[in-house]
Amino acid sequence: MRLAVTELLRRPGRFVLAGVVLTLISLLLMLLGGLLDGLIASSTGAYRAQPGDLISYSSRSENSLVRSRITASDRSVVSQTPGVQAVGGLGSIQLGARPGDDPKSRDPFATVLFGYELAPRGLPATPPAQGSVYADDVLAGDGVAVGDTLLLGPQRSPVKVRGFVTDTRYAGQASLWGSLATWRAVTTENRPGQTPGDTVQALIVETGASPPATVAQTIDEATDGRTTTLTVTRATQELPGVAQQTATFNQIIGVTVLVALVVVALFFALITVERTAQYGLLKAIGASGFTLFGGLIAQAIAVTLVAAAIGVGAAVVFAAVLPPGAIPFQATPARLAGNVGLMLLASVFGCAFSLRRVLRIDPASAIGS
Amino acid sequence: MTSSSSTATATGERRDQASPPALEMQDARKVYEVAGEDVVALDQATLSVAAGEIIALVGPSGSGKTTLCSIAGGLLSATSGSVVVGGQDITGFSARQLTEFRRTSVGFVFQSVNLVPFLTARENLLVVDELAGRAGRKGDAAARADQLLDELGLTARAGNLPGQLSGGQSQRVAIGRALMNEPDLVLFDEPTSALDSTLGDQVVKLIRDEMKARGTAAIIVTHDDRITHYADRTVHIEDGRVDA
Repeated sequence: MRLAVTELLRRPGRFVLAGVVLTLISLLLMLLGGLLDGLIASSTGAYRAQPGDLISYSSRSENSLVRSRITASDRSVVSQTPGVQAVGGLGSIQLGARPGDDPKSRDPFATVLFGYELAPRGLPATPPAQGSVYADDVLAGDGVAVGDTLLLGPQRSPVKVRGFVTDTRYAGQASLWGSLATWRAVTTENRPGQTPGDTVQALIVETGASPPATVAQTIDEATDGRTTTLTVTRATQELPGVAQQTATFNQIIGVTVLVALVVVALFFALITVERTAQYGLLKAIGASGFTLFGGLIAQAIAVTLVAAAIGVGAAVVFAAVLPPGAIPFQATPARLAGNVGLMLLASVFGCAFSLRRVLRIDPASAIGS
Repeated sequence: MTSSSSTATATGERRDQASPPALEMQDARKVYEVAGEDVVALDQATLSVAAGEIIALVGPSGSGKTTLCSIAGGLLSATSGSVVVGGQDITGFSARQLTEFRRTSVGFVFQSVNLVPFLTARENLLVVDELAGRAGRKGDAAARADQLLDELGLTARAGNLPGQLSGGQSQRVAIGRALMNEPDLVLFDEPTSALDSTLGDQVVKLIRDEMKARGTAAIIVTHDDRITHYADRTVHIEDGRVDA
């Protein structure tokens, strides 16, 4: 092992090509992973911030918040279902928001106004008074400040920003969080045909100690199938575009890891061929094939770790310098560690292609050559 | 009961006659299959090398010198016959046992590709100890390496990489490495072929002095008749047959 490390330190030029290619792959992998996480985060923040365990939609909505309507009577049934600890209504409307001092702005912020009863993470337990909202902090990056008034939709419905909340975006748009009364008033003004009345779009359900999956089934039975109740996690995964984005990015990431594996396999196969005489000599003086192969893996891991470290560093810096909301990019420790793990796996499996070649080198080749 | 005794050799050095022979090769045969046909590389070779004895193995190209050396050094297994090195019968050794045997019981000095190019002269000696792992290490390897480098006149070159050494210095480092594991037998594969005559003569003298000082046996494969003057005995080989 020390022999392999010594070679790496004394002949770094030999590994530069593989290092550069692996670094580029690492940068691509970290960028793809960061974009995927950023996109998913910007699509799902509003759901991930919910305090409950379950979300109930109307069954005809096909689990779409926009299409869902829960009546007051169904809400009452859900509230009384065994295992349900608390229920809160949730409503949403997607509208452009203009600064209060620029009502004719041609470049409104894309926002989603949520009306809530059970406070999502970071919001006060009691929703703000009608006409007031908390805004996702991505809007702060757009210049919105506490105390500003935003004008929503074609009717320029005014809402005053009381404060900011983090990581609550929905469908890539900044969220605004107010009371159900605010949501109803803004919706009635801007979408006269969709006046909510006493309905909400979905119910957030807290189950306490009861198993959420069991309670979900009980709720849907109690409403005679007029509701479809999902865990928040599953509802998050079923948000429009989330599964498709995840699958697409994961396929690209998979191909990238495969390319890393092929690069390591080809490079170290070439190095093994170049070292045939050296390996023959070392075997002749008592090195086993597995000792030599262990050295090869150690070198592959070292080169990969350097490449991965550069990728991680670049991802962290990239995430830090990006203005909020500019590009959906997140450098989470789990993603970065996962990518490093994938690259290490690729390097070990890539090296495995050279195992047979290393083991087959004849120590007798050192003599008589 | 056998008592240990010493006798003077023809060249004046002393070796312990109670030690087992460095090599006992009996009817060793090596057959290769080439294009579906058997090719005999070594034919019923019988050779005995006493402890501390230096043998010059002489023969034309393709005569079986390299095969004999490879079998004696555990690089190859004989197709039939028996091979005992320093009292160890290696005839039926597995590949793993042969690796261990090469690491602990024999030394090699090859014609080319002799040193690990990215290790210094001193590290090229210590690599033998490195390969032995923690369990297989013999005493203070660093001190032994330094002593060998001193004896070989290489102390000033200990930190040099092989690319910074002359041909003669490289061969001296290789000799030092071959002696690091205190072997029973050292095999030299044409050690002077890449050296000019003066340097070659110096290297052969050095080999002789080092082997005799340690009582280590050596087989020197050579085409060079001048080397035979420094050997205790010359063994001829032709068409795989040894004429001892």
